Amino acid sequence: MSKKTDFVKFDKVDKSYDGKVLVVKDLNLDIEEGEFVTMLGPSGSGKTTCLMMLAGFETPTNGEIFLDNNPISNIPPHKRGIGMVFQNYALFPHMTVFENLAFPLKVRKMSQEDIEKKVDKALAMVSLGGFANRMPGQLSGGQQQRVAVARALVFDPAVVLMDEPLGALDKNLRESMQYEIKHIHESIGVTVVYVTHDQGEALTMSNRIAVFNDGKVQQLSSPDKLYEEPVNSFVAEFIGENNTFGGEVSEISNGTCKVKLEKGEIIANPISVKSVGEKTTVSIRPERALINPKDKMDNNQKGKIEEVIYHGDHTRVRLNLLGNSEFILKVPNSSQNLDIKLGNEINIGWNSHDARALDPK
Amino acid sequence: MSSETGKILTTDGIPLEESLKQAEKKNKIKAFLLVAPLLLFLIITYMIPIGDMFSRSIDDKMVTNMLPKTYKAMENWDGKELPSEEVFEAFYLDYKILVKNKTAGKLQTQLNYEKNGFKSVLKKLARKQKKFEEGNYKEQIMKVHKRWRNVEYWRAIKRRAPSYTYSKYLKGIDMYSNEDGKIVQVSEDRRIHRILWIRTVEVAFFVTLFCFLMAYPIAHLLATLPMKYSNLLMICVLLPFWTSLLVRTASWMILLQQQGIVNDFFVWTGLVADDNRPEMMYNKTGTYVAMTQILLPFMVLPLYSVMKTISPSLMRAGKSLGATPATAFFKVYFPLTIPGIGAGCLLVFILAIGYYITPALVGGASGTLISNQIAYHMKSTLDWSFASAMGLMLLLGVLAIYWIYNKLVGVDNIKLG
Repeated sequence: MSKKTDFVKFDKVDKSYDGKVLVVKDLNLDIEEGEFVTMLGPSGSGKTTCLMMLAGFETPTNGEIFLDNNPISNIPPHKRGIGMVFQNYALFPHMTVFENLAFPLKVRKMSQEDIEKKVDKALAMVSLGGFANRMPGQLSGGQQQRVAVARALVFDPAVVLMDEPLGALDKNLRESMQYEIKHIHESIGVTVVYVTHDQGEALTMSNRIAVFNDGKVQQLSSPDKLYEEPVNSFVAEFIGENNTFGGEVSEISNGTCKVKLEKGEIIANPISVKSVGEKTTVSIRPERALINPKDKMDNNQKGKIEEVIYHGDHTRVRLNLLGNSEFILKVPNSSQNLDIKLGNEINIGWNSHDARALDPK
Repeated sequence: MSSETGKILTTDGIPLEESLKQAEKKNKIKAFLLVAPLLLFLIITYMIPIGDMFSRSIDDKMVTNMLPKTYKAMENWDGKELPSEEVFEAFYLDYKILVKNKTAGKLQTQLNYEKNGFKSVLKKLARKQKKFEEGNYKEQIMKVHKRWRNVEYWRAIKRRAPSYTYSKYLKGIDMYSNEDGKIVQVSEDRRIHRILWIRTVEVAFFVTLFCFLMAYPIAHLLATLPMKYSNLLMICVLLPFWTSLLVRTASWMILLQQQGIVNDFFVWTGLVADDNRPEMMYNKTGTYVAMTQILLPFMVLPLYSVMKTISPSLMRAGKSLGATPATAFFKVYFPLTIPGIGAGCLLVFILAIGYYITPALVGGASGTLISNQIAYHMKSTLDWSFASAMGLMLLLGVLAIYWIYNKLVGVDNIKLG
């Protein structure tokens, strides 16, 4: 059975609440069946609105959303068959865990026997077997979260939406829940649309990530591509750390370009620059710049160390390089002595391929 | 850790419990001193008056104190035949003092409660006793009025011998203890209190119901509307609350009277003929309308405070799980508002059951409640002990409702805000 590549489809969707500002602009998004897609973006970027439109709690101002090729704008939420995990879990506080999970099955008029079987299975899936008779208030945050996940999955929905479900958990629990949700997704193959503003979460869990900003999808690609090959400076800035240089293109040839800065010049990879004279922002990931490189590299510069911060597994070094005093390097903590001391001048090198000339900020 | 659970010692070797008590002693005293003024205030303004009301409602010392010799002499009387000369003499001596002190009127009233027609008999005796000669008082008294030969009248006096009585309570439910000491109902044409009790409970019940039906949507709206609208609505709810009760009741009188605004409107729209204006005031309708409006905020506020805490995502969760909006409402939202419903209903019901001003002003004859009857006895008949008895019965009724509520819903579930 081939998977549908456009199981969930946003087709030219616009959304405005007040008739003045568009919070979602011309959104086109195809989500494959069984895929784990994360909508990632800063708050106010329109990602939650998209999720709410898909769930049916908001209607698109323009455009249409398709679920398995059926337009769903006119279908009320309760008929869409989409499971949802809410930010604050939204467990029914007056019902036991069992009753919470049985709720979607009861409204579907299933037999008591089937309900019990399904609820048991769902609870076992989130390893909460013995908790059926507890009230939600008696559970810890992580347990409540698992119940919410189990409840959203228990009625076998085609799509499950998750709206920052791990936001209220502490760091360790959040990380273990990330893996747990990822494993559940892998084992049952449901399509998941996940909303978060935490890039670490998005990178860990997703098949693909849609980076939202200003009501638009800036880039939709797999986590590694998103990190290694951001297509614009917002994505480069938002995902992970990056060092930037603002300048002007002075020469383009053979897949490289020269960017003239206020002080000096770097050779970069032209991603969104087309012609000489364009303004650009060059982005370099901290781990792609090396100290005292052994091999020959396209760019070699001298920088002065201004700050050294010990992070355990690595050391963060802040340099003043080509007039940018915020140039960050991450040096793995190994036994090799690189002479990293405050005030030292050191050689830094990187390949032109890793210096991506993007749109100007 | 030792497995001994009996005594845990602190590092200084003092038992932990003792040490803890010592440490908290100061705080406890402080806390008590802080509540002491309120406690004192409650005792003086609440506990003492209730105690006083109770003693007044069962107090029957007046007659006992007015006829001390008579009751002493009556101790040996079996109440079957006419009492002996000794009793007659004692009664004559007691009564003589009362007439002299000009307090005989009170006795006449009291004994008339006990036996109809006693008053005139006693009045006649008061006039004639001045000419009594010494000795053989039995003959002399019986000569004054032939009713003195009737043993019933003497039994009536004897019945008032104890200093305490529950007769006021019996009267409150239209019963009395008859000449034989049996508790029976009063004759049908005099059964007024029971009707009032039933009407009071009925009005309180329906006012609570109307308040609930109206307040629920308002409270829901208040809790879900955006701030700028909900504030305005909240002011609309509270505005009547800040207006004087009398003003509000009076405005209902203007609205509801036969030549009032509501009736004018009905006539204008052609709903009713001009010569057939319905009476909406001085009856139960007036009481219902005015009381519902006045008590509405007491229902809205607890409901609102509970609804405010219900996350909107719960309804969304219900819908996303496949429940229709109606099912989501009744299975998810409604059960969560029960603490507010309980608090609001209890509050409105208890307030309504003792309501006074509004029924007094717009209730008319068929719309007055038990509290109006209590006030009537306080102000007009001056039968304070009866008013106290009925007041206590009302209080007991409220406590009973509270108890039933606690059994059904649980007081822990009340949420007032």
